[in-house]
Amino acid sequence: MSALVIKNLHKSFAGVEAVKGVNFTIHEGEIFGLLGPNGAGKSTIINMISGVVRLGSGSVSAFGYDNQRDYRHTRRMLGVVHQEVVIDNFFTVDQALRLHAGYYGVKDDPAWRQLLIDRLGLTPHLDKVMLKLSGGLKRRFMIAKALIHRPQLLILDEPTAGVDVELRHGLWDFVREINRQGTTILLTTHYLEEAEKMCDRIAIMHHGELIALEETQKLIRSLSNRQLSLWLEQPLTELPAGLERYSAKLQENGTVLLLYLPSGEGAGNILSQLVMSGLKIRDIETDQSGLEEVFIHLTGMKEGVDSHQSRQ
Amino acid sequence: MAKQTLLTPIVTASLYLFVFGATLGDRLNVLEGFSYAQFVIPGLIIMGVINNTFANTSSSLFMSRYLGGIVDLLVSPVSPPQFIMAYTLAAMLRGLLVGTVVWLISTLFATLPWESPLLAILMAVIASFLFAQFGLIAAIYAQNFDTLSMYSNFLILPLVYLGGVFYPISILPDPWASFSYLNPLFYLIDGFRHAIIGVGDTSYLIAFGVSLGIAAALFVWAAWLIGKGRRLRG
Repeated sequence: MSALVIKNLHKSFAGVEAVKGVNFTIHEGEIFGLLGPNGAGKSTIINMISGVVRLGSGSVSAFGYDNQRDYRHTRRMLGVVHQEVVIDNFFTVDQALRLHAGYYGVKDDPAWRQLLIDRLGLTPHLDKVMLKLSGGLKRRFMIAKALIHRPQLLILDEPTAGVDVELRHGLWDFVREINRQGTTILLTTHYLEEAEKMCDRIAIMHHGELIALEETQKLIRSLSNRQLSLWLEQPLTELPAGLERYSAKLQENGTVLLLYLPSGEGAGNILSQLVMSGLKIRDIETDQSGLEEVFIHLTGMKEGVDSHQSRQ
Repeated sequence: MAKQTLLTPIVTASLYLFVFGATLGDRLNVLEGFSYAQFVIPGLIIMGVINNTFANTSSSLFMSRYLGGIVDLLVSPVSPPQFIMAYTLAAMLRGLLVGTVVWLISTLFATLPWESPLLAILMAVIASFLFAQFGLIAAIYAQNFDTLSMYSNFLILPLVYLGGVFYPISILPDPWASFSYLNPLFYLIDGFRHAIIGVGDTSYLIAFGVSLGIAAALFVWAAWLIGKGRRLRG
């Protein structure tokens, strides 16, 4: 069964179309990444799925239930970690977690609550009021809150924005763990390196439209150019003929020939061609570009890609 | 939290009771056969109920909208009727608690005859329900804290003060007496006082009928706003 089916989703705000006919399906048990630059429409889609924003047109169904007609069923199956910090400042962590299950008609399960508290490192902070929590603790609390009613689909909208590296790794480990236990995950993140490692499939949005949807590795393979660096025995003063389609360049005073292999093309043909033309090759190095390059290639923009931070 | 929700209204009501019960009260006589304290106490009780129920729903919902906590409720399977009743019952509890405490304190100043206690309780319940709905509506329409405080300062306060809390409408000259019958709060205050002291400016039927009608209309309005997610869901 599909965990989530989005059909022809549209949404406009004050005459500006934020989401333009988006379709996608998330399979049960997968980790699905919804990526895109700021303002691409990711959060609007998540808000329409969760019910914070009304649907413009189109349909959303979770585990076979329509999120308008059977909204109580669908909302029970969803756990949402919003991009903005959503907390009740006056409650302690412990009080808020105990109360939150009640919103979903679920009785407080002390064992599950304790597991979430332990795994998210909230134990020393249980009696603190939310107002006193640090930004990272608020994020961890929001994940515990989203999971307290044991949702089947966990939606994470930028859950690690502004969170330090150690905590980010801890959170992603935990997300993988609950995914292994059967929870389907839909996440958006600006940390593309993490999306590349975490997601089974990735959809990329731009200006309210879905511009790519593929298995993560397939997407990278199909859309990225592999870089081939050839270390030459003798330096060249000019590029050999016939290399136009490889965007060839000479580097290191002509001792390194740099080629970009078009997607889907292996290195064999061009290597044979160069060897047959008399070029003596001392060493070879290949470099596969990652999701970040694919993302920039597809969206044509560098803004919003926090690649620098992702490497920290 | 209890300081703000219970102690503040109790201090305010105690001050009114002191002024009208222990000081000015002896010099005023607005209704034959009753002390001024006996006349004014039912009005002060219902004023406490009204102000606190309105404050509870309006501030809770508006703060939730303002701070973003409303999102937790919007993504939950809580239905619109549950949403309304959760806010309404909490506000009614606070309003009726304040009303009860005001009455308890008032026993230091005067003894009320309690002619029809069940009708008095019923009117207090209607008043609290009505203003809980009004608080929800105000919180949904309010753009900021200023607009929200305008509802209580420029609408509820004048209507309460001119609705017969401190004087019977019958002593007003025309056209003020006639205008007072257009004040919806007059019916709540008069109906409640009528049930307690056995004398009113209007009949039970009219007082309860008008109050119930307004409460029902406001409930339908609030239910429509919340059901449609107006100004709550984007």
